[in-house]
Formats: sequence, C-alpha cells, structure tokens
Amino acid sequence: MSNKEWPLWEVFIRAKQGLNHKHVGSLHAADVQMAIENARDVYTRRMEGVSIWVVESKHLHANEPSEQDELFDPANDKIYRHPTFYILPEELNHM
Amino acid sequence: MAEKDLLYNYTLHLADNSMILGQRCGEWCGHGPVLEQDIALTNIALDLIGEARSLYQLAAELKGGNANEDTVAFLRDVLAYKNVLLVEQPNYDWAYTIVRQFFYDVFHFYLHSELINSTEPRLSNIAAKSLKEVTYHLKWSSEWMIRLGDGTDISRDKMQDAVNGLWEYTGELYMPSAIEQQAFEAGFAPDLNILKPLWQEKVEDILAESTLFIPENKYQQKGGKTGVHSEHMGYILADMQFLQRAYPGANW
Repeated sequence: MSNKEWPLWEVFIRAKQGLNHKHVGSLHAADVQMAIENARDVYTRRMEGVSIWVVESKHLHANEPSEQDELFDPANDKIYRHPTFYILPEELNHM
Repeated sequence: MAEKDLLYNYTLHLADNSMILGQRCGEWCGHGPVLEQDIALTNIALDLIGEARSLYQLAAELKGGNANEDTVAFLRDVLAYKNVLLVEQPNYDWAYTIVRQFFYDVFHFYLHSELINSTEPRLSNIAAKSLKEVTYHLKWSSEWMIRLGDGTDISRDKMQDAVNGLWEYTGELYMPSAIEQQAFEAGFAPDLNILKPLWQEKVEDILAESTLFIPENKYQQKGGKTGVHSEHMGYILADMQFLQRAYPGANW
C-alpha cells in the first residue's frame, strides 16, 4: 500500500453572480471530480457560493519573493494610475 | 387500517430508513480517512437526519396527543422500527460504507423521484426538498464506486467483498410490506415494482463501470420492514436513544 498523499488543490469560489471567483483555501483530493465535490462539502456548506473552480496547486506559479522591489515598488509613486479622480456610478460598486 | 394510521406507519418506513442510515454515516464523524471525506459523509448524515426529522414531525402530528419528533424517534424500541436491514449494517470499512450508501442512494433517488407525485402533499413536499440532496448523494457514492472498483487490486477486492456481503440486503428494498402495499393502493406511495427495474439498471451500469460483479447468490434477507432486525439494530438504538432515555425530554 502506498502512503502517498493525495495531491493538493486550490479552491476558488464565486460568492454570487457578477462577482469574481476568490481563492478560499486548499484541500486534498485524488482527482478533479473529488476535488470539486470536496470543495462543495468543505467550502460551500453555508451558502458561500454559486460556482466552484479548482486547480491543482502544482499548476499555480508564483513570482520570486526576492524580486519584490523591481516588481512592485515602481507602482508606488504613480498615483495617476488609480481611477480615483472619477465618481463611479452606483452599479459599479464591485469594481 | 384507517387512512391516518396507514399514513403514520408509511411515514415511519421512510423516516426510519433515513434516520438509521444517517446514524451509521454519523459514526464516521471524526474517523474519516481524510478530513475532506469526513466532512462529506457527515454532510450526508445530516441531510438524512434532516429528512428524517421532517418525516418524524409529520408522524408525530398524525399520532397526536403528546407525541413529537423526539418521542417518535427516540422512544420506540427495536421491534417498532421499520427500516430495511441494509441501512443498519455496520460500517466495517470505507468499502462497505460506500457500497451500502450507493445501494441505498439509488433506491432513495428513484423513490423520491416518484414520491414527489404523491397524493399526500406533506410527503411530496418532503420528497421534493430531499430529492436535491439525494441526487448529490448518488453522484458522490457512484463516483466512489467507480474510483475504488476500477482502482487498484486491493481497492477492487475490498469493494467486491462489500458488494458480495451487502447484496443479500438489497432485495428487501423492493419487497413491499403490507403497509407499503396499502399505501400504494391508497395513492400516496410509489409502486415498488416500478422502481425495481430502474434500480437494477442503474446498479448494473455503475457496477460495470466499476469493474465489479453482482454475486451469484440469489438468496435475499428480509425482516427489517416488519421489525425483525439484525443483531446490530439494538446497539444502534442504544447509542442513539441513550440520552433521551437517561434524561427524558432533554433539550439543547
């Protein structure tokens, strides 16, 4: 018998229509079907969602933490990139 | 039997099946093979117990007097329970748990698919609510059947063992008790003869996909529906009823 752990999956839930999927956590599952069902059972028990995405954690790629300075600092003083000079209509609440 | 008594007794058939299977699934709480499946199975247990509660509330209403859902669920003894033998079979291992669940889910699904047309609106309402849950249970257990049946040599052996061990308890699902027969004739219960071939076909499909076989043995057990239970039932009730027996009327 193999003691290998089931692969890890990242779970994204859409809370309601019109919103984007948000990362809510991770879980173990042997295959994609089980991952979706586990996500349903673990993360939507209290009506948290209307749609589930799962992706195997190994398929997620992250930036190098050591590149923090060149990646993120340059945005710091470019205030003109923020749409803060407009008044947004009500409907765009979630922008 | 008066119509009200008949409905009361028929309701208990439905309620006791869900209650006892829910109790069995609940035994996995804290013992699941992995956290995620522990939660999955206790979700199913809660769905089943939730369905049983609605049915016991109906039964208590029909019984009248001081009856309530708790007295009906917790103060009857073994002989008064009408659940099938299948649902009281022990968990043993994950394979037994899955196969028992699958055999029952297929039945439960087709039963409720018909019961939503019951002439008794209180039954059809409960069936309509529960059918969505049962549809998920069946999807969940079918996938486990296939995953483990068509899995490794060890998982297939364990699943085939469980199928062999539980097969003799499946026939009872479709042997109508006198109450079920009368309830069908009175119009509020489905005809088990119509459900049987649907069950058979679905089970054969999933077993084939799971690379599992239906055992040759044709002998079928019966008795649960008329209160003649296996030796396991007393232990289940001892667990389940202890609190209400020791502290009558205890509440949250």
